[in-house]
Amino acid sequence: MAAVSAVVRKDLRLEARAFESVPAMLMFSVTTFVLFHFGLDRGALAGDLAAGVLWVTLLLAAVLGMNRLFATEHEQGGFDGFLLAPVDRTALFVAKATVLFAFLVAAELIAVPAFALLLLEPGAGQALPELVAVLALADAGIAVVGTLVGALGVQTRARELMIPLLALPLLIPVIIGAAEATAPLFAAAGAEPLPGRWLAVLALYDAVFALLAYAVFDFLLED
Amino acid sequence: MTFGRGLRPFSIASAVLVTAAFALVFFYAPNDADQGFIYKIFYLHVPLAIVALCGFVAGGVYGIKYLRSGERADDLRSYVAIHISLILAVGVLITGSIWARASWGHWWVWDEPTLVSFLIVFLLYACYQPLRFSIEDPERQARYAAVFSIVAGAFVPLNFMAVRMADSLTHPRVLSTTGGSMTGEMRLTFYTALAGMACLFITLWKYELASKSASIQLRSLKRRLAGDDGLAPLARSSAPQQL
Repeated sequence: MAAVSAVVRKDLRLEARAFESVPAMLMFSVTTFVLFHFGLDRGALAGDLAAGVLWVTLLLAAVLGMNRLFATEHEQGGFDGFLLAPVDRTALFVAKATVLFAFLVAAELIAVPAFALLLLEPGAGQALPELVAVLALADAGIAVVGTLVGALGVQTRARELMIPLLALPLLIPVIIGAAEATAPLFAAAGAEPLPGRWLAVLALYDAVFALLAYAVFDFLLED
Repeated sequence: MTFGRGLRPFSIASAVLVTAAFALVFFYAPNDADQGFIYKIFYLHVPLAIVALCGFVAGGVYGIKYLRSGERADDLRSYVAIHISLILAVGVLITGSIWARASWGHWWVWDEPTLVSFLIVFLLYACYQPLRFSIEDPERQARYAAVFSIVAGAFVPLNFMAVRMADSLTHPRVLSTTGGSMTGEMRLTFYTALAGMACLFITLWKYELASKSASIQLRSLKRRLAGDDGLAPLARSSAPQQL
């Protein structure tokens, strides 16, 4: 526990001083919303189109966070330092997943209101608690898979290429679940009830991948 | 390492079963009332898909074995299983596309969960070889590939479940709990084709294993004869190069 909080505090302090991940994710999201505005040539989106644009953007922004997640450890020898410390290796996984989750939340705190302001049809999207629930479950899935893939990809030669190639197919169930669950919330005629089974799919996905990552993460650190 | 054991019976069995399956497909199985002759591609398409998916999962199982035992032979088994499944998966996508064109009128149908989830699995496994290729240290390459094969192997059923929840009824459920809509003749043909494909997969897997291990052993013998200087350096490869 102490190791987890130490790594989390280290990463958050690094982010607060160097601004490497969150601003990049945020700028990317807002720029992509503008791109979608011109690409689709639409002033306002509603329903499944709005949900799709939001989730594709957030997922691609999350990839930026994954790319950076282990970069400092890899470049500055942080892995060796961590392996020398007498702590459980799973602590690094838990800490990094927490950090990625925190980065996602921080970016979304501005990106989602920006999306509502720039692209969402006025009148759509008045179901904030439901949207927060979907965001939290999807972020947890992205954080778990992103940490695993980030650790896998950081040791390869083409890091910036391998991480998205591996992460995006793995995250397709998340985007299906999140987009399907968000679409009724963004209905043009006002929010419709949240489809519970998609939340269940997201929760199941999170649970399965958390267990899986817990089982295999140690092998990514062994040296 | 004797990977060649049982090659001959497996080769004979797959030759017999595949020939029998095609004979049954062409001369015994009845034509479908709606789709006529073209539906018979199903006797190739579905066994290919099932065997490819089982091969992916088997790659994950050997990945687990490698992580537990640290034996390079298990890494080789995992690699070859995924490699051959990937080739079969290309066949699945092509035959599925032909079938879709013939019976639904389009080469690709997006609201079809089985098709889409297979494509996702294929895209994921298409990264397996690039991942291996981009890691130079052979030990780390094997370990990371094993982690990938385990995660991806567990992803296969989860992905099918998620995509299938979109509830489409276009794609025939050939192996549903009620036995689908197959008649006895069709079922006999289908199971023969499935057994033939499974046998063919195992045979190809064993051949590839035997060939890979033979060339690895040949190289180590050459090194013993000529020394390190007498050998051309190994090119970087996604396949395991040591046993």
